[in-house]
Amino acid sequence: MNSADENFELREIQRLEGHTDRVWGVAWKPATGVNGVPAVLASCSGDKTVCIWEQSPATGSFQQKAVLEETHTRTVRSCMWSPSGKLLATASFDATTAIWEDVAGDFECISNLEGHENEVKSVSWNASGSLLATCGRDKSVWIWELLPHNEFDCVSVLQGHTQDVKMVQWHPSMDILFSCSYDNTIKVWAEDGDSDDWHCVQTLGESNSGHSSTIWALSFNTNGDKMVSCSDDLTVKVWGADIMRMHSGDGNVPWAHLCTLSGYHDRTIFSVHWSREGIIASGAADDAIRLFVESIDGLVGEPSYKLLLKKEKAHDMDVNAVQWGSTENSLLASASDDGTVKIWQLTSSS
Amino acid sequence: MTLGLINANPVVHAKKERVARTEEPHDDDAIDPLEIYEYVRDIRDPEHPYSLEQLSVLSEESITVDEKLGRILITFTPTIQHCSMATVIGLCLREKLKDCFHPHFKVDIKVAPGSHADEESVNKQLNDKERVAAALEIPNLRQLVDECLYSSEL
Repeated sequence: MNSADENFELREIQRLEGHTDRVWGVAWKPATGVNGVPAVLASCSGDKTVCIWEQSPATGSFQQKAVLEETHTRTVRSCMWSPSGKLLATASFDATTAIWEDVAGDFECISNLEGHENEVKSVSWNASGSLLATCGRDKSVWIWELLPHNEFDCVSVLQGHTQDVKMVQWHPSMDILFSCSYDNTIKVWAEDGDSDDWHCVQTLGESNSGHSSTIWALSFNTNGDKMVSCSDDLTVKVWGADIMRMHSGDGNVPWAHLCTLSGYHDRTIFSVHWSREGIIASGAADDAIRLFVESIDGLVGEPSYKLLLKKEKAHDMDVNAVQWGSTENSLLASASDDGTVKIWQLTSSS
Repeated sequence: MTLGLINANPVVHAKKERVARTEEPHDDDAIDPLEIYEYVRDIRDPEHPYSLEQLSVLSEESITVDEKLGRILITFTPTIQHCSMATVIGLCLREKLKDCFHPHFKVDIKVAPGSHADEESVNKQLNDKERVAAALEIPNLRQLVDECLYSSEL
């Protein structure tokens, strides 16, 4: 995208209040916000609840549609909708992961996944919705399989990280799992074709030009050939892999460091998310949201990124999560320690 | 596993004389390090019936404020190099200061350089917001922190 002559702005559309403690995460419901279907967003909080917000087609404003409460007994740290949007998984410090189903407007907890020894920090569905991954302070990553009648079976418990695992994220098109940790590494997990055993196929650490402190989040571009990570080391890193080789089933295709964005953040970066249009959003502990795009001025063959805009004081406190919507309207949702969720619209004027 | 107190014989200092402070209204954004010190000096040590000030874990010099950047740095000195209570002291400091000033101020807590055998590892834990939040939700730990914060009011 040619952003050289355009002025971009992140316009605040709405501030969603309802949570009574910090908001840790947000998740847009797939297939909403397009084709006339009102956008739906879930937010999870230290107040132990999850709020469901729906955009009114008439006014464009978001209203609280439901509160998922009295299930988790501690902070709800992360939430993610299944690819079909039929189920919502919520990960909690109470060491469980709850699965919710929307039954005619009422959300019902239909399953509870137990197994982690302590706080669960993240949950992620694979592209087909057949697998769920969770991770936590017990240093392990769990893979669960969705069976008929909404039952779950634990497929694998992956050990390897030496510290608290902060986030898990499935690759957008392949059943390859990524995790990032307080141990300063990103691990790549894949199934061994023969034995159906999951194991770590790659570790991206400092020796691979990796991060030098806790990695809080990672996100993939639409193609799945690039990944962005963010860290307590104040940098954002972009990684790449040969997607053609990946798709052709060529064993384990390694990820390599492509670019480090440093000097842009001076406090911990808690979240990064890559939009369909190729814009990387970051949410940080300096209360700001930043947007980065690939720079076409870079040397041929060497991707580089530049700051598109910085929204200072996006929130009154730390920004914990940023997520682009699946809408045609370039909506971005952000969650903060200030207890609010904000909806933003990216606009440009040439 | 160590039985009994980790540091059975701490050095205890006399409480520093307090200067009476007038109730003058001041700019909400202006943060006086001494004001912050007032909030934390009497926090009780997790192991001994003395305040952090009395054990020289904290002193006025512990607090530095960067108004421009909106940051507060608290540096404390555990009583011994292998103090396993360092993270608890960190939790107490955060919990005590939670509502003391405008939320846009960022608080960083560290052990004084050279004062702890696992300095880097302790500092990392003290400043991991998620770990701090999770720790304060654990009943036993919460109770210990509350005892350190509120026993000084007895």
